[in-house]
Amino acid sequence: MDEIVIPVSTAVAANRPPVYDRLSVAEVHEALRKMMLIRRFEESAEDAYVRGLSYGTMHLSIGEEASAVGVCTPLTDADLITSTHRGHGHCIAKGADVAKMFAEFLGKETGYCHGRGGSMHIADPGKGNLGANGVVGGGLPIAVGAALAVKKRKLNSVVVCFFGDGANNEGAFHESLNIASVWKLPVVFACENNLYGMSTSVERSTSVKNIADRAAAYSMPGVTVDGNHFAEVAEASFQAVERARAGHGPSLIETKTYRTRGHSRSDRNRYRTKEEIESWRKRDPILYLEAELQALGLATRAEIEAIRADVEKTIAAGIAFAEASPTPQAKDLLRDVYTV
Amino acid sequence: MGAATRELSFAQAIQEAMAIAMDADERVFLMGEDIGVYGGAFQVTGDLVHRYGDQRVMDTPISELGGAGVAVGAALNGMRPVYEFQFSDFSMLASEQIVNQAAKLRFMLGGAVSVPVVFRMPSGSGTGAAAQHSQSLQAWFAHIPGLKVVEPSTPREAKGMLLAAIADPDPVMIFEHKLLYKTKGPVPEGHYTIALDKAEVARPGVDVTIAAAGLMTVRTLEAAKALAERGVDAEVINLRSLRPLDIGAVVESVKKTSRLLCVYEGVKTLGMGAEVSAAIAESEAFDYLDAPIVRLGGAEAPIPYSPILEKAASPQVADIVEAASKLASGEI
Repeated sequence: MDEIVIPVSTAVAANRPPVYDRLSVAEVHEALRKMMLIRRFEESAEDAYVRGLSYGTMHLSIGEEASAVGVCTPLTDADLITSTHRGHGHCIAKGADVAKMFAEFLGKETGYCHGRGGSMHIADPGKGNLGANGVVGGGLPIAVGAALAVKKRKLNSVVVCFFGDGANNEGAFHESLNIASVWKLPVVFACENNLYGMSTSVERSTSVKNIADRAAAYSMPGVTVDGNHFAEVAEASFQAVERARAGHGPSLIETKTYRTRGHSRSDRNRYRTKEEIESWRKRDPILYLEAELQALGLATRAEIEAIRADVEKTIAAGIAFAEASPTPQAKDLLRDVYTV
Repeated sequence: MGAATRELSFAQAIQEAMAIAMDADERVFLMGEDIGVYGGAFQVTGDLVHRYGDQRVMDTPISELGGAGVAVGAALNGMRPVYEFQFSDFSMLASEQIVNQAAKLRFMLGGAVSVPVVFRMPSGSGTGAAAQHSQSLQAWFAHIPGLKVVEPSTPREAKGMLLAAIADPDPVMIFEHKLLYKTKGPVPEGHYTIALDKAEVARPGVDVTIAAAGLMTVRTLEAAKALAERGVDAEVINLRSLRPLDIGAVVESVKKTSRLLCVYEGVKTLGMGAEVSAAIAESEAFDYLDAPIVRLGGAEAPIPYSPILEKAASPQVADIVEAASKLASGEI
């Protein structure tokens, strides 16, 4: 990972991405911290799996961190998100505690879902995360419903609905965008287009070149951005969130990005080339942001290293907490099937 | 329950329950296809849109997956939606949101959330609407932990059970047999609830227990009159709920009568009767049985159109009389 491709323009202060005018230096550093935390959480989760500390499956978003953090940057704790099976990044971007995430990943009682959900269902309602969803497209109507509740309860919240390129061919996508548009609901549809639905490329599955083009069918703005460029994603999200908050209805943002790991543990990477993966590795969103912040004078190398060291401490403490935590007890199997 | 009662139809009783719930709780609202000015395909919502406005009686697009999922999401975020499927058959389009989402969210998220949504399910055959508008899918949904599946048989039950369903913190599917909508009966005024987890003895008797729900309870009670004329004193257990199933009420009855007939319109195989009879076979009531348990269920076929065929596909009063008579007389 020696060679990082940075467009010359972004390194020039005169072409400073407009989102940096919206954010304080501390907020920019926090975005970088969250992206690093996501990366290290997932690398550590992968390591825990390899070491046999966890079982089941997991879906890593390594390479997609700018998309999760960029989309969530304009949000407050009063705003809501729905997430996907590839949802660790969304969860951390929305402010989750990685210790409770690790605990969930290891199936411990102290995890976010008390070990009932696992990697694929981590939720954090206290921070506005209504949960990751194991069904492709499953969160779309739920997000629209949460936004309907926001409108009915006269709240000022916005609901961000994360989904992948795979979901955009589900009926739920089309039904949800239509309803959100007809009822002018405060939703931001955030499609993370990582180019493959499991092994099937967007080219082979989707009739439009850009998924954002589908916004036109539902009379809402649609924008395609570089999902590996934090500043571009965050700016698009600010615009969509402001529009939703102002009562003007939903938007669709497509972040073009790439997962450098496979779909899940079963993936043998037979549907894409090493060259393709390598070309995206060179566009690593974290290194990209680090270089951009230094070029723009928004962070020094020393500050970046301090953030990295802080992330390592958080990760180590989180793993220690999870490993030391108790497992659930079989006698509690039926707990929470019903509220009453 | 000292309130005065009046005669209302089953549909009017449901409408009254929804109005009372909306008056009492700002969070309650209705969603569904053509439930606004049209009044609903079976005129259950009727004129409610004029009283509560189109933001509380919301017409949705013909979009069952989206609509039901929006109801789930609204419930997750503090509202109390009541979603009407125009026909319960169309819930198949929304089963993802009902089965994979609503039923599981609380458990999957470790108890962090509740999903207080009600799905109203106009169901059953007898209207000449044929195979895609006549099914009885209760057993499908009753197989799913996380859902509650209930089925009222009278206007009084419909109102009290719907009010209980709306107040319930978990997803409830309330099956409303379409042939019941116009039936009338006494309904108390004002707010009251009927428990969603308790069966009732709809008619006490000593010779044979007949377990049923919804329209089949009505037919069974009619059959019980004819059986009485033949000297057979049937006890009718109105189950009211399939999940949770109040098997204790059936156990108590069978210990008294020693004979059990299960009547249900859903397809016989793997239906309500299969579960009730298996549960009785596993229970202390097994030792009391003097005859094999009999299931009178729906035909192993889609619901047909022609009236002669349609009737043959679903237990009729005469079928119940015949089956119960044979069971009581020892012919079975």
